[in-house]
Amino acid sequence: MKMPYTAKIKVTLRRSILDVQGKAVEHALKNLGYGTVESVRIGKYIEVTINEEEQLQAERIANEISQKLLSNPVMENYSLELELVK
Amino acid sequence: MADVLVGVVVFPGSNCDHDTEYAVASFEGVKPVMLWHNEHDLKGAQAIILPGGFSYGDYLRAGSIARFSPIMQEVIEFARKGFPVLGICNGFQVLLESGLLEGALSRNRDKKFLCTQTTIKPVNCSTIFTSRYKEDDVLTIPIAHGEGNYFAPDEVIESLEEHDQIAFKYTDSLGEVTEAANPNGSLKNIAGIINRQGNVLGLMPHPERASEKLLGSVDGRALFESLFMHIAGV
Repeated sequence: MKMPYTAKIKVTLRRSILDVQGKAVEHALKNLGYGTVESVRIGKYIEVTINEEEQLQAERIANEISQKLLSNPVMENYSLELELVK
Repeated sequence: MADVLVGVVVFPGSNCDHDTEYAVASFEGVKPVMLWHNEHDLKGAQAIILPGGFSYGDYLRAGSIARFSPIMQEVIEFARKGFPVLGICNGFQVLLESGLLEGALSRNRDKKFLCTQTTIKPVNCSTIFTSRYKEDDVLTIPIAHGEGNYFAPDEVIESLEEHDQIAFKYTDSLGEVTEAANPNGSLKNIAGIINRQGNVLGLMPHPERASEKLLGSVDGRALFESLFMHIAGV
């Protein structure tokens, strides 16, 4: 029987890539007086629900789509967590 | 002699498609043919241009969704067979996402969307897209992008340089490659690159917006002219 699995995928810019959005937010936080804020990095959070019989298969698909479309390996990394939707 | 047919791809969100069509049509013996993203038919085009704009709203990453559109499967095949493909601005982003060119374009260094004239120079004038330029030319061609900051790992940059694949660089008005003349933070001031085979070119500046005196510059015309003369075998 197919079950719904939710893949929670985080895509972040590689450390070597300048994150201009993060920099802008970092400056804003410092202007607000949060002097202990050291840095801000902004990424994307994506939830994908996949109907599969086996968790392993759902995980394989989640990894495949993360590499193929959801992230660009030239400048981004991704991480994912998979859970069964109750 | 039959007209040279040039395909201009239209994605939802393309906004330089008609400018490109207009520029292409201004050359004698050349006819543009518009190709909708959902089609699989290149309609006999002898070269393909991917125009600027915001294909699919730039969702996810610029060019990332366009790369999987039906027409792109044909364009990728067309390029792999060695036929000419030119990507301008968003079209360059689509070519990088497709893997037809190497590297990526991230947010501009200074966070701003830039819509301005730039000066660039052709670095390699022996390609089918640049043969009508001379290496000491300084071209005035506008840019209009938020994500034009070219990045690639060191080994890719070295390989691009070794194989003469850097086609255009941002320069000052004298043609000097300086940090001050770099509008968006691109590595090595790169404004455009070509693939190893020499049939796929991507660049951020808009040659179609520099194709008529009224627009302030005609320096983009020689790029189209180089390509069309190559196809016509002149």
